[in-house]
Formats: sequence, structure tokens, C-alpha cells
Amino acid sequence: MTTYDALTTWALIAAIAVPTFLVRFSFIGLLGRVGGVPDWAERALAFVPAAVLAALVVPDVVTLHATVAATLAQEKVVAGVVAAGVAYYTENVLATIAVGMAVLWTIRFGLPLAGVA
Amino acid sequence: MERDAFVSGARDAVPMLLGIVPFGLVTGVASADAGLTLAQSLGLSAFVFAGASQLAALSLVEQGSAFLAVVATAVAVNLRMGVYSASIAPYFEEYAARWRALLAFLLIDEAYAISLATYRERDVDPRWYYVGVAGALWVVWQLAIATGVLVGADVPPSWGLDFAVPLVFLALLVPTIEGVPHAAAAVVAAAIAVYGAGWPFNAGLLVGALAGILTGFVVAGWRR
Repeated sequence: MTTYDALTTWALIAAIAVPTFLVRFSFIGLLGRVGGVPDWAERALAFVPAAVLAALVVPDVVTLHATVAATLAQEKVVAGVVAAGVAYYTENVLATIAVGMAVLWTIRFGLPLAGVA
Repeated sequence: MERDAFVSGARDAVPMLLGIVPFGLVTGVASADAGLTLAQSLGLSAFVFAGASQLAALSLVEQGSAFLAVVATAVAVNLRMGVYSASIAPYFEEYAARWRALLAFLLIDEAYAISLATYRERDVDPRWYYVGVAGALWVVWQLAIATGVLVGADVPPSWGLDFAVPLVFLALLVPTIEGVPHAAAAVVAAAIAVYGAGWPFNAGLLVGALAGILTGFVVAGWRR
């Protein structure tokens, strides 16, 4: 159970919400005032989606194990690789989810990856 | 045009909902476990609106951590949003300050990724499309939290429905790999994020993303 009373809990919510908003607003708020982005920054920002999405998604799919084989033979890694292939050929979000979940469920409930854990 | 953009954004958010509903249910249950009332749980999710940050805060509250430790952790988990803010800012440049404040308030991983992918691909009203995506996510997130607080999460964890979230991000990631510099950026970012998955404050994600951006920038420079 929490040791926080009602007032402290609301203060906590505000203390998290305000800085979080300032982080979100930082560049969106600033840009209108200072004008455009410098050329070098624009070139660097072009890599934001690839870098951030990779940093976001890959740790949810891959967890490091002692050996390369054990790292690769996880249900989510297999499902993720197949889903990435589907994403590449179809560029369709729903198809990627459907195939990825189907592979995960097939391994988990149907055909477990034999011999490696 | 505006209405079409809004509807199109809300529709593009649908695949994400499959993943954020179980995530929201779990967060709602964690909220009740941490001793928050329904109003407090919804206050946290409505104003902070960031799942990983909320879960981190709630687990620390439940453990009885100090006020400042909870705040520092929950805010640090959200620092990556500064990178999203910089990346998406050019599309919002022309809007009035109070509109930009609203758009910034709703900025989360899912809304950023879906919107930016669409902006690069087709011509759409950026503001209303984004409000469609982020608004749908916001509303469903609150409903999932409330359900989690009130009735608990009964989706069996073994179904792994939360895996739908990385699958959506994967579908958005793949088309962003447009060449060698982008591939290098993604590989470096992913490697550091996996290696640093256990680092405090979600630092693996932030360091990985920044290192990836730098790598892409440098590799693109070599190749010019």
C-alpha cells in the first residue's frame, strides 16, 4: 500500500506531468519563435525515426542470452524477424501484427522451439 | 480536408490500440495496487500520458520510494520525447502557440511514429491528422486505465498481446531504413538499447537513440 496521502499523490502527479510536458514542448514550442532549423540539424534529424524506433522496438524483441544461438532461438526473435520481412514486403501494419502474433502463438502454443531455452 | 485528416489519423491509430489496451489494463491494475484512487489513477494517466513512465512511477510508489526518486525516474523515462519534439517540430511550425502546446501535450511514441511516417509518405493536414492519431490513443488509454483500476486485467499474460506494440513499431521502422546511413543508425541504436536494457532511467533507449542519430549523420557525411 502507498505511504502517500491524497495531497502528496496529486503533488507527485503534477511534479511528473509538468517537466514531462516541458520536454515534449521544448522544440515544438521553440521553433515557431526562433525560426527554422539549421542545415546540419536537419540532416541529423533525418535519422531520428530509424534510430529511435530501432532503440524502442529491438529490446522488446531481443533479450541477450549467454550464446548467440540461445539469443536467436527465442519466440519473440523468430516472430520479430518474420514480421520484419512482412513489413518489408507489404508495408502494411495490420499484416505485420497478424503474422507476428500468429508466429508467436504458433511457437508458444503449437510448436515450441525444440531443444533451446 | 480537416475532418478527413482527423478520421484518417484515428483510423491509422487502430492497430496500435490492440497493443495499448492490454498495456493500459496492466497499468490500471498497478495503479490500484499502488493505492491510488480511480481519480488519482486517471489524473496520472491523463496528465502524464506515458505508459512506461507511469508504470515506473507506480512501482516505485508501491515500494514506498522517496518523492524525488519517483519524480526523477518518471521524468527521465520521458526524456526521449525531446528527440521526438525536435523531429516533428518543423511540421507544426506554422501553428499558434496554444495549438502547439496541445500537440506537444499529446506527444508519445505511437503518435510520433505514425504521424511522421504519414507526413513523409503523403500529403495530409498535419495538425488534424495528428489530433486524430493522438486523440484516439489518449481516449482509449484512459478507458483502459479505468478498466484496469475497476475490474483488473483479465487478459491472460500468456497471450502476449503486449507484443502487438513492438510489432507496430517494427512495421513503422522498416520503411525508414532508406539506405546505408539509416541502416547504420538503426543497428547502432538497437545494439546499445539491447545491451543497456537494464540500465536505470531507461538510459539504454536514450543513449542508443542518440548514438544512432550521430552514427547516421557521420556515415552520411563520409558517403557524400
